[in-house]
Amino acid sequence: MGLTGLAIFRLLPKTNCGECGVPTCMAFAMNLASGKATLSDCPHVSDAAKEALESATAPPIKLVKAGTGDNVLEMGDEQVLFRHDKTFYHPTGIFIEVADTDDVAAKVAEIDALKFERVGQTYVVDGVAIKGSAADSFKKAVEAAAAKTNKVLLLMSEDPAAMEAAAAVVADRKPILYAANADNCEKMVEIAKKINAPLVVKGKNLEDLVALVEKVVGLGYKELILDSGERETSKVLADLTQIRRQAIKKRFRPFGYPAIAFTTEEDPYLEALQAQVYVSKFASVVVMKHTDLASLLTLFSWRNNIYTDPQKPIAVQPGVYAIGAVTPDSPVYITTNFSLTYYTVATEVEATRLPSYLIAFDTDGLSVMTAWAGGKFIGETIGPWLKDSDINQKVNHKKLIIPGGVAAIKGKIEELSGWEVIVGPREASGIGSFAKLRLGA
Amino acid sequence: MPVEILKEKYTGKVQEVVLGATKEEGGTRAYTVKLGGSSTLPFLQFEGEIPNRPVIAYEMWDIKPDWPDCFEEVYGDVWNDPVAWAKKIEELGADVIYLKLKGADPELENSKTPDECAKVVKAILENTGAPLMVEGPGNPDKDNDVLQAVGEAAAGENIALGVAEKDNYRSIAAACMMGKHCIVGRSPVDINILKQLNIMLTEMGVSPEKIINDPLTGGLGYGIEYSYSIMERARWGALIGDKMMAFPVVCLAGPEAWRAKEAYAPIEDAGPGWGEQKPRGIMWEAMTAAALLQAGGDLVLMRHPEAAKLVKKHLEGLMVSNAY
Repeated sequence: MGLTGLAIFRLLPKTNCGECGVPTCMAFAMNLASGKATLSDCPHVSDAAKEALESATAPPIKLVKAGTGDNVLEMGDEQVLFRHDKTFYHPTGIFIEVADTDDVAAKVAEIDALKFERVGQTYVVDGVAIKGSAADSFKKAVEAAAAKTNKVLLLMSEDPAAMEAAAAVVADRKPILYAANADNCEKMVEIAKKINAPLVVKGKNLEDLVALVEKVVGLGYKELILDSGERETSKVLADLTQIRRQAIKKRFRPFGYPAIAFTTEEDPYLEALQAQVYVSKFASVVVMKHTDLASLLTLFSWRNNIYTDPQKPIAVQPGVYAIGAVTPDSPVYITTNFSLTYYTVATEVEATRLPSYLIAFDTDGLSVMTAWAGGKFIGETIGPWLKDSDINQKVNHKKLIIPGGVAAIKGKIEELSGWEVIVGPREASGIGSFAKLRLGA
Repeated sequence: MPVEILKEKYTGKVQEVVLGATKEEGGTRAYTVKLGGSSTLPFLQFEGEIPNRPVIAYEMWDIKPDWPDCFEEVYGDVWNDPVAWAKKIEELGADVIYLKLKGADPELENSKTPDECAKVVKAILENTGAPLMVEGPGNPDKDNDVLQAVGEAAAGENIALGVAEKDNYRSIAAACMMGKHCIVGRSPVDINILKQLNIMLTEMGVSPEKIINDPLTGGLGYGIEYSYSIMERARWGALIGDKMMAFPVVCLAGPEAWRAKEAYAPIEDAGPGWGEQKPRGIMWEAMTAAALLQAGGDLVLMRHPEAAKLVKKHLEGLMVSNAY
């Protein structure tokens, strides 16, 4: 990345005035290097130093935002090409395209209502793209869409007059404007500047894109999103790779912005697989045409997976959870607080329709077998915890159901807690039949 | 400003492994398939060669499988007859037949003997032309016995036998070396064990042209990202010259995807927004496979033929050259 703390320190005033909030310039330099402070916190830095530092410490890919209120989409500001090198930060925004010749109000209402829930998460479409055919119908379509959704809007027209009229309708919504090309870019920049909206710069290929970005930046606008103009899957993948790679490895400024991609597959399932390529490899926005449930559910799930931070396991708050209308007779299950494990078990327990307690035991977010192997899900930790847990006040029995994979910890738990342990199924999918056979569900 | 295309200069490549043997090569397969061979990241032909399209294998069992009900309409007519089943998946477009010998699982009643398993394999080979991969029942001792018998029965056919693991690889490797077959080495989503197992196999004398890696697949929504990252790291290792990370990778997309409730739950038990089971299950599997192909999968094991067809079609677009 940019500069080391020491290199930054050389450019600072070295007065140790403390006005930035830390006692010394050296400490401030370290914070700058690790991204914990911004240069504007220092009131005394010289203009020359400021310029040198800003270009060196600016993120390789600019953070660009669209939308307002609860519907802000953050794009860019990525730092790596492989998620295992750090993590991917800003999940790709999934947009659905609607033509101004469609029944816009109905289609946008349908898109707005799409909602998927699984393993404790909710997935929704991030935005709606309105494609203009003529100035008049475009403006009307944008009006109709804005009335039906608060999601981010993406306005698609390369006719500046049509764009100006439509953008004025949603001037306070920070829509994404699509697109500036070689012929219209002066006018498009003017429109985007007026409402401070991100502007897509659309080239005919990578080379043309660079020339155009430089022109737009020369006009004084930097809230940009890149489109190389390519639409064939493998070639889009190559262009997105080049854009990300050159921004990160060479700090090539014209590519230092988020990128957008458009699907072309007619079949909704193939479309989702195509969109997956762009979600996996570096697009900040993907614009799709279909709203097929299976396609979107799987695509959102994949996006959620690849944007998971590989450095930290995702965990739920440890504790005792009630599933359904529990009573003092309800059975008590225990699993770990790794969120995938927890939600998989919770879903199955819920499906038994027998109200139950489920303990998410604190394993620092490890799954059952890993936590067991690591000594975090064993009799010695569970037993004493169970003995003092408030579950003792919630139920009138002392029977605990443990995962079948760790049947070996039964004795120790019983010894240390005074509870009776029932060995449950190895896999969560066995809970249904287990509950039927053993608990009379 | 002209754009200079930024190309990585790799020194290594993925090992190419041939599966199957034709008559000229001492077997009876109608054709062979090549796995691996890439000298670039997945689908980036602008900086290297991708000589072989990723291969699509179809999964079948030697007994009626305990798969979700929706497979009844697909394979219900053949799943009591391994030969009929193998012929069917070949007709459906499988590049490779992947046979799991679940019937030899010692926990089942009437568990099949190694000889019985070998007979099934022979019968399939006699009635089909596609290269074959065979996985044992998943019990280490039984795997060893079964795979040894299968390896002998299929001598010369260059099938793949699996799975070998760090704690159980010697006798499977011996069976592969005896019958000149390929071996599938499985590591538990762990890059170090993946490498270690490859070293152990080569030290035992298994030829690098015979090793295939299964880094263990997590299904979509259930840990797939761990597999994805291990595969990306292994591919990178291969490209920078680490030969012990350079073996072609198989992804068990079908079996893993169908473990998820999102794939199999009928609409009555489905979560909010999930929709009908059939397209959801097919897409859950197809998306699992497609995502893993982006991480460097050289062979995807598919269960539902519709999902396999989607992935095959998807691959056509990805294999179009993107050379600048």
